[in-house]
Amino acid sequence: MQKDTVSWRILKDKIFKGFVILLSFVSILPLLFILFYIVKNGITSINWEFLTHLPKHIGEAGGGISNALVGTGILLIISCILAVPLGILAGIYLSEHRKGRLSYLTRLCVEVLQGIPSIVIGIIAYLWVVLSMGTFSALSGGVALGIMMLPVIVRTTEETLKLVPFELKEASLALGVPYHRTILKVILPAAMSGIVTGILLSVARVTGETAPLLFTAFGSPFMNFNIFKPISALPLLIFNYATSPYPEWHSIAWGASFVLVIFVLILNIITKLVTKRWKVQF
Amino acid sequence: MESTVLKIEDLSAYFSEERILKDVNLSILRKRVTAIMGPSGCGKTTLIRCINRMHELVPGAKVSGRVFLDGKDIYTMNPIIVRRKIGMVFQKPNPFPTMNIYDNVIAGYKLNGIKINRNEQDRIVEESLKKAALWDEVKDFLYRKGTFLSGGQQQRLCIARALAMQPEIILLDEPTSALDPKSTSHIEELISQLKKDVAIILVTHNIAQAARVSDFTAFLYLGELVEFGTSEKIFSVPEDKRTEEYLTGKFG
Repeated sequence: MQKDTVSWRILKDKIFKGFVILLSFVSILPLLFILFYIVKNGITSINWEFLTHLPKHIGEAGGGISNALVGTGILLIISCILAVPLGILAGIYLSEHRKGRLSYLTRLCVEVLQGIPSIVIGIIAYLWVVLSMGTFSALSGGVALGIMMLPVIVRTTEETLKLVPFELKEASLALGVPYHRTILKVILPAAMSGIVTGILLSVARVTGETAPLLFTAFGSPFMNFNIFKPISALPLLIFNYATSPYPEWHSIAWGASFVLVIFVLILNIITKLVTKRWKVQF
Repeated sequence: MESTVLKIEDLSAYFSEERILKDVNLSILRKRVTAIMGPSGCGKTTLIRCINRMHELVPGAKVSGRVFLDGKDIYTMNPIIVRRKIGMVFQKPNPFPTMNIYDNVIAGYKLNGIKINRNEQDRIVEESLKKAALWDEVKDFLYRKGTFLSGGQQQRLCIARALAMQPEIILLDEPTSALDPKSTSHIEELISQLKKDVAIILVTHNIAQAARVSDFTAFLYLGELVEFGTSEKIFSVPEDKRTEEYLTGKFG
């Protein structure tokens, strides 16, 4: 009888283990399907022309998405310029002043900001930038994406800075190093891997955002380097082409999706490498 | 010729409303080791953190009284200058993890933006590491990270870092409490070497250590300076009953 119980328990263990393995496999299935589908439909459109040429008119064969690639690049640069310094400084403030009303308020706002739907942020950027400047522009798109990046950067900066031991700060201050230099030259370098990870993750997060760009960057069929004019972006192009009635455009949308997914994938891999390589041991 | 480098007058320290130190008066001599001993929580660490103005960094901390370094009240000086003149080594070795050994030693100059030429830097690094008795062990890999060193080596690296600033006083806050016996005796030998150049204030809860390395000993109890005198005297014929009880292990 005793023996039976033990073997029954072992069996239960095995069933449970099998169940866990099965479910974790199921959880990666959606990603595999998505990747498979995008690769299958997208890879045929990828060639040098696709990456370096402008889109052609309906009925003409070929054409590329270079305007969208450049547009996404410019939008990301603008949003990084806006969000990275602000996010890191706010993160420093939060980790340096853990208690206190202002930091409580800041933390709350950052959390709420993180939860605001991206379409709403798009509308805000439309009201603030597009309406006041009178035109759709890359700048307004960058503002919208920057607002979306901000909470991620603030939180990751704060969390990594909190992990830097207080002894390190003391060591620097005890050498007579002024506070601002201690933060910039001792604390920030020690937390660099975490901060860069946060920035890359936030970039990966906003690269595929369509909603905030719909009425800010707006999209453009032309190559544009002027940040005060409408600009194309990968997700916008995918949205416009995928909803069009033309099969040629559908295949371009698939190709663009492929490029977008690969870009985000590479960003995620770089993030992992950065975390591993630059990790500072305390 | 013995001269006073540091004079503490009626020093009291507070954390919010709690009084940690009560009217401490103390004179520290040049080229001597002064040990501050006492049971945990008696204010030893607070006392030395008042000397280089690190105490005031804690929110709610307050200090009253005066501390004279070479006759100048440090509480009227810029704390940054005070901390450059009074080096500190902490309980837990804390080399800068992002820097190599060389940069760790010269960190006081680099982080402060003090410009000195390469030869001068090399000289300071070598001299400081030699003084800290670490040169022979690390001279072949000065450009490797300081964090792979053993605990005792890291602590000596921190001592070298403090020495590089050519301070007048070095504060050692229980520098051996996180180390094994061998590294501890290393550091103690080092302390006896170092006193040729600087005044050393050593905080320790280890009575034997205070007896081994110090010239003068102060006994601190419940924030009060109970007794201060030559180590010889304190450890053989203590005046105060509390000192005697502490030394014989009645408490602490």
